[in-house]
Amino acid sequence: MTAIPVTGAAASRGFLRRFASQEALLALAVIGLAVAVGFVNPRFLAYRNLADILLGNAYIAIAAIGMSMVIISGNIDISVGALIGVLATVSGSLAVAGAPTAVAWLVPLALGILVMAAQGAVVAYLRIPAIVVTLGMLSILKGGLISVTGGKWITDLPQGFHLADLDVLGVPMPVVIMVAATALAAIWMRDTASGRAIYATGGNAEAARLCGVNPQRTVVMVFALHGLFAGLATLVYATQLRVIQSTTPSGLELTIITASVVGGVSILGGAGTVVGSTLAAILIAEITSALVFVNVSPYWTDALRGGLILATVIADIIRRRRRAARGWRT
Amino acid sequence: MSAAAETALLRAPWWLKRHETLLAIILAVALVGLGAFNDRFLTLDNLLNQGRLMTEIGLIALPMTFVIITGGIDLSVGAIVGLSAVMLGYAWKTFAFPLPLAIVFALFVGGLAGFVNGFVITRVKVPPLIMTIATLALYRGLAEGVSQAHSVRGYPEAFYVLGQGDVLGAPTQLLILIVLIVVAGVALDRTTFGRALYAIGSNETAARFSALAVDRAKLVVYTLSGLASGLAAVVLVSRVTTTRMDMGMGYELDVIAAVVLGGTSIFGGAGTIWGTVIGLVMIQLLKNGLALTGVKGDATIVVIGAALIVSVLIASSLQRRRE
Repeated sequence: MTAIPVTGAAASRGFLRRFASQEALLALAVIGLAVAVGFVNPRFLAYRNLADILLGNAYIAIAAIGMSMVIISGNIDISVGALIGVLATVSGSLAVAGAPTAVAWLVPLALGILVMAAQGAVVAYLRIPAIVVTLGMLSILKGGLISVTGGKWITDLPQGFHLADLDVLGVPMPVVIMVAATALAAIWMRDTASGRAIYATGGNAEAARLCGVNPQRTVVMVFALHGLFAGLATLVYATQLRVIQSTTPSGLELTIITASVVGGVSILGGAGTVVGSTLAAILIAEITSALVFVNVSPYWTDALRGGLILATVIADIIRRRRRAARGWRT
Repeated sequence: MSAAAETALLRAPWWLKRHETLLAIILAVALVGLGAFNDRFLTLDNLLNQGRLMTEIGLIALPMTFVIITGGIDLSVGAIVGLSAVMLGYAWKTFAFPLPLAIVFALFVGGLAGFVNGFVITRVKVPPLIMTIATLALYRGLAEGVSQAHSVRGYPEAFYVLGQGDVLGAPTQLLILIVLIVVAGVALDRTTFGRALYAIGSNETAARFSALAVDRAKLVVYTLSGLASGLAAVVLVSRVTTTRMDMGMGYELDVIAAVVLGGTSIFGGAGTIWGTVIGLVMIQLLKNGLALTGVKGDATIVVIGAALIVSVLIASSLQRRRE
């Protein structure tokens, strides 16, 4: 275990530097954009609108926490959008069928962990690329959901089901969950051996193995946690709705991946923080809303999201190469 | 497996042990089985119609085989289909291009989209998976933005020959596909370009040290992938008579499943066009067979997803045993 403190120290220095760049930059962008759009259209800054942005997109930030872990460990998951659709339907159906509220809330969490851990095990132990496994799972979940439910909508949800309507000391539940999940995950990933193992595995799996980290077990753990956060995201998402459409929200996985990557999670694995991904999720939601307020057609949103992810990816790779070149010279 | 059976398997001629041969046998059994099960299946009309339906996926599966052999992947093909289809409609309706010019424009947009993928992958060294996820979002977004979700219809009657007409008794687009299959097969098997793709996929560093133009070959295969997606878009628009921005959604699943089911290694370095064709036909038969037995379209994508995972599992466990 001698190498672990070294990795930890190096990474936490990296963490500080990153905090000075990516996270601070994102926070500045979130505030700067609000001010700029506020000048063009002051109604953007109305409390109602800002709250809607935050409440309506907290679930994306929560799901992006798990996605960040998956990407940092050197993998990818494109099934999460379909999974959230399935879990929302399961949760809503249970509530309507008269199951206790706790069951309707906890079953999606357990199911999320189960599905993702299974995928993680196939990736880690059978060494099938994550993209193949999750692409297959995406279609299984998506097709399965529509063919089982026939696309019916779930209505008449019981009053107590709406977790997202509650608040803690006046702070709405989605925001509480988003902040708490981000903080816990960030601290865990930065300061514990099991959290650091994710970075070690994604940075160099063979080196991690030689340092006493079990890369396979780490990947399964990461996927299981990703399932947990997907379940949590589902709770926030589904309990906000009065009607749950039993279809998968299209393109959701792309929004979640965008939040992770724009948040500074390196797509080559081994670096990034969940504070960044949460800020990025808020920024993306803000941009989407801002487009409406400056009279740009909402049909351009997806193109903008795609451009944003592409620009960040290219910037990340170039920045890494520069840093590596600098390290080479000194 | 008993020892005797294992020796028998070892003694079997090499061509019998090939992935493609096994697949062809399974395919023949499936054909006979489905034919016995449903008398509407083994009719010339039905089979030709299935050929018409599988052409769009088939056109893209050919260059996708190249891409996967080099160890890459292209997830943006479905989005390129959408973008090219929208551009076809836009050029024809809004720019009032003559239709042949609009078709060329749509092909150009597809090729350009693929070129951008290849350019960034080879120059900036962005991993293909990440690059094409990003452009999947970007190209679909552009299709949405340019079309503003309006559909275009009312193309001239002559255009429908491509997607709905027959030449020599067979669907027009199927003939195009067959010609391109032959071209792709010869290019992969009998040209230095094709052999270089295997070398790149097996060991890219070794290929570079052997003075192969690795980056140029990759740039070409991703551009071809985009071009084929553009062609698929033109065929698709002609077949369904309408341009919509959500065209080609989910195509990447069918295309990659066909290629991987056909025995191309997802890790690169191995695969054949012949195998891809069998994989393609199997997926179409699966869809048709399920439809004839009353299974709805949404359930068939469950089967395709499962088939993708299982075929990769089997292929990789076979490979591990060989090693």
